Amino acid sequence: MVRSPSGTPLNQDSPVVEIRKLGYAVGGRPIFDGLDMDIPRGKVTAVMGPSGTGKTTLLRLITGQVRADTGSISVAGEDLRTLKRADLYVLRRRMGMLFQNGALLTDLSVFENVAFPIREHTDLPERLIRQLVLTKLEAVGLRGAADLMPAELSGGMSRRVALARAIVMDPEILIYDEPFVGLDPISMGVILRLIRRLNDTLGLTSIVVSHDVQEISTVSDNVFLLSAGKVVARGSPQELRESTSEVVRQFVGGLPDGPVAFHYPASDYFDQLLARGEDH
Amino acid sequence: MTILKELWRSLIDSLVGLGAVVRFLLRMIVVTPSALLRFDLIVQQVFNSGALSLVIIMLSGLFVGMVLGLQGFQLLQRFGSEDSLGIAAAIGLVKELGPVVTALLFAGRAGTALASELGLMRATDQLSAMEMMAVDPITRVVVPRFLGGVIAMPLLAAIFSLIGIYGAQLIGVQIMGVDSGSFWSQMRGGVGLADINEGIVKSVIFGVACSLIAVFEGYYATPTAAGVGTATTRTVVTSAVVVLFLDYLLTAAFL
Repeated sequence: MVRSPSGTPLNQDSPVVEIRKLGYAVGGRPIFDGLDMDIPRGKVTAVMGPSGTGKTTLLRLITGQVRADTGSISVAGEDLRTLKRADLYVLRRRMGMLFQNGALLTDLSVFENVAFPIREHTDLPERLIRQLVLTKLEAVGLRGAADLMPAELSGGMSRRVALARAIVMDPEILIYDEPFVGLDPISMGVILRLIRRLNDTLGLTSIVVSHDVQEISTVSDNVFLLSAGKVVARGSPQELRESTSEVVRQFVGGLPDGPVAFHYPASDYFDQLLARGEDH
Repeated sequence: MTILKELWRSLIDSLVGLGAVVRFLLRMIVVTPSALLRFDLIVQQVFNSGALSLVIIMLSGLFVGMVLGLQGFQLLQRFGSEDSLGIAAAIGLVKELGPVVTALLFAGRAGTALASELGLMRATDQLSAMEMMAVDPITRVVVPRFLGGVIAMPLLAAIFSLIGIYGAQLIGVQIMGVDSGSFWSQMRGGVGLADINEGIVKSVIFGVACSLIAVFEGYYATPTAAGVGTATTRTVVTSAVVVLFLDYLLTAAFL
């Protein structure tokens, strides 16, 4: 039976991430208010939504980089509210995260970047580190780039190196923050295939935050659509495509106006145009 | 006027931020024992802050010493005591100019490099990535840089004073014709251990201040291009004001 570090037995069917009545505000502006979400084990789960709905904030909450104001988040059986800093770090060793731009350490080579978590957390002999790093680099197709520095890599390559680094400690949960932003179609295809392949071969649970609807639909098992801090739709990509909900149709179809308004809230247009004085 | 205003504003700002800086310092002290276990990282930072600042420190030391030699000679000659040039230059360098000018140059060369490096690491998510890899960035990145600066500063100040004395000798003895014997013997007789002590204490304290300001500003930089620029500027301005202020306090304390 799999056990969490604190000893609580883990049910293989229980969700990896359980969010209940989550409330979180930044500077008095609520980002989430009563969010509920279950992320199932062993699946690729996509979290989609328009920009500014707090997708990245949700990842920061799940990884414990920021704390929720109200409600609870439990990850792999650990309640983040009661977790101390040291325990949080233990939990994070079971997670890997791919940042938007890769976030490689710029003063280390590709090889050393991937070796970084191993060197920090273990005393493995150099030979073994070498094997582990080269295996992971081979998995993302960049074994030949091991000696390059991060500045010499393209955007897609950086992200693949970061992916190798994220899986080098064999995490249970792999989190992707907008993995497709600014990639050409080929690199995007490579990353998409890697997401699916790594999830299935390594037995991971993957969480992908993205707004590239078409792309992510091809590899995800289920989708949460966030809007204005709430889950407005959930289900398989197929179910979402067939949804009749206006918000879902606007998002999936890429319509400029709808429930998510084109205009930022403003005062009356004509009043403002005809107004005198310094008030714009 | 704007420079004065800027200085004044940053002085007020730094007083307001003093609490945050002290908390940051305490947080660093807590993890320092575990950071000391990775001594190779600290040595690397002594190289980055110290060895890479050597050229600017040595050049400046030489010129400052030469100016001291020239000015000191002109002044002392009026009283017919140009033989005291050695002790005058050595005391000035060891107690004041060495630590202070080194600290100002250190803030400009190493402090800005530290602040912009940490700021860029913040802006490109490298610090968050470390946290996600369960590696504490304070232990792994910040403390080695801080300690590297603290170790490098007294060494740099000593080299500055040494080269400065050579510069004063170059002008005073070699060019202006001060007697070499009295230049050196007066210096040896007049500069006591207490004077050297004062110089060392000052440079260590300036080292702590400059390194702390640099890593603090860098670590808490707003993660944008403008934010990193601001952090770098603030590092230099705050360091300069703090060093000169501390210098006054320390000089008064040593009297």
